[in-house]
Amino acid sequence: MTANTFLGYRRENGRVGVRNHVVILPLDDLSNAASEAVANNVKGTLALPHPYGRLQFGEDLDLHFRTLIGVGSNPNVAAVVVIGIEPQWTNRIVEGIAKTGKPVAGFSIEQNGDHNTICNASRKAKEFMHWATELQRVECPVSDLWVSTKCGESDTTSGIASNPTVGNAFDKLYEQGCTLLFGETTELTGGEHLVLERCANDEVRKQFQFFFDRYAKLVDDHKTSDLSDSQPTKGNIEGGLTTIEEKALGNIQKIGRKAPVVGCLDKAEAPTGPGLWFMDSSSAAAEMVTLCAAAGFVVHLFPTGQGNVIGNPILPVVKLCANPRTVRTMSEHIDVDVSGILRKELTMDGAGDKLVEMAIRTANGRNTAAEVLGHREFVLTRLYESA
Amino acid sequence: MSIQFLVHEDGDSVGVVVVEGVKAGQDLTGWVMAEDRTITFKVLNDIPIGHKLALKNLSAGDTVIKYGTDIGKVVAPIKQGEHLHVHNVKTKRW
Repeated sequence: MTANTFLGYRRENGRVGVRNHVVILPLDDLSNAASEAVANNVKGTLALPHPYGRLQFGEDLDLHFRTLIGVGSNPNVAAVVVIGIEPQWTNRIVEGIAKTGKPVAGFSIEQNGDHNTICNASRKAKEFMHWATELQRVECPVSDLWVSTKCGESDTTSGIASNPTVGNAFDKLYEQGCTLLFGETTELTGGEHLVLERCANDEVRKQFQFFFDRYAKLVDDHKTSDLSDSQPTKGNIEGGLTTIEEKALGNIQKIGRKAPVVGCLDKAEAPTGPGLWFMDSSSAAAEMVTLCAAAGFVVHLFPTGQGNVIGNPILPVVKLCANPRTVRTMSEHIDVDVSGILRKELTMDGAGDKLVEMAIRTANGRNTAAEVLGHREFVLTRLYESA
Repeated sequence: MSIQFLVHEDGDSVGVVVVEGVKAGQDLTGWVMAEDRTITFKVLNDIPIGHKLALKNLSAGDTVIKYGTDIGKVVAPIKQGEHLHVHNVKTKRW
């Protein structure tokens, strides 16, 4: 085991961030242009353009608000400028983020136009930027880290080595008192009994079964013959994975062996205590990692087999890989090479230590491969079409 | 001894090739991870890295076991040492 402290940004609400972004957050697709203009005017700020936010309704609208408020509230974000087409929904986001105590301001475009909105929002963003860049990292216990995981473009080496490496790291982080998250509901198909066995009590088991059955029904309602064209993906199949059951049994290795599942969350909901949580979520990488960011996670562990290149704008994604061919052909994407496990040159315990060490270095400020390469995939999950 | 394929545990019907360039007719050394022992098998096809070889003869309708767990059903007969993948094994779900 490595260091039991790290240097992070302690926020107004007590949570600890490992990045210090000033975010320009559009409420809706219409506000992307103004948000990107502000981010261009005020260097060091980060716009998060996305294609949604108009005429959504019901649970899908709730998820939209929960995701944007969650991303703005994430402790990796120091301050937020929200821009929306009209003031009411814009203020709903502002008020949601303001509950954390962090600086946040909203601007709306109707009756102002892009020019005046960009001007006013840029002045506020500049103010936030000066303030945020004077914040200092402080020493924090590792228990303050919220660490999520999701794998992508998995192959058989994922189940053999890189996913169990995450499991080994999760066991160690669990013992340090961290808050941990996994999800990918459909990718548990064939191994759902193993997750049920790990649930802390009957209440959690009931919650998990509810989310699992809900997703299974969605698949049943919309599938054509089967999901074989997308789950496993073409990349999974190229990498040697044959069925969803095989993929799921590899996937589940990420939750390790020690932590019980203490609770289940709906999409973009934040945990309420330490330990291992399940979040109902898509298995599509950018959607799932964006939901982790919205749930308040600050470091993400991402094992890949065939070489998924995903990142996230505010949540650093640590990439690990055990496939020697991928490590060779895509080295610029891989933060931790665990291919030695396949050659019996690296033990699982040694690999887990390497990953925990990289998670802490990432928390201390080391930029991940995905950050350095500019991967900022920000993808909102939709439940159904707009009105 | 260098390892060319891995088996999760005794009783699994498949092993995973973990080196590049495996050719038909080659004798491969495998590591059964849970029991930490070594086995050898002759492969009957070229098998790409990450893909599986059958460790026993399997008939249509048989269940394929990996991680000691059901991962799907055989849909075309497979000989020990043959490439086992989407052409001869399908999911039991969906």
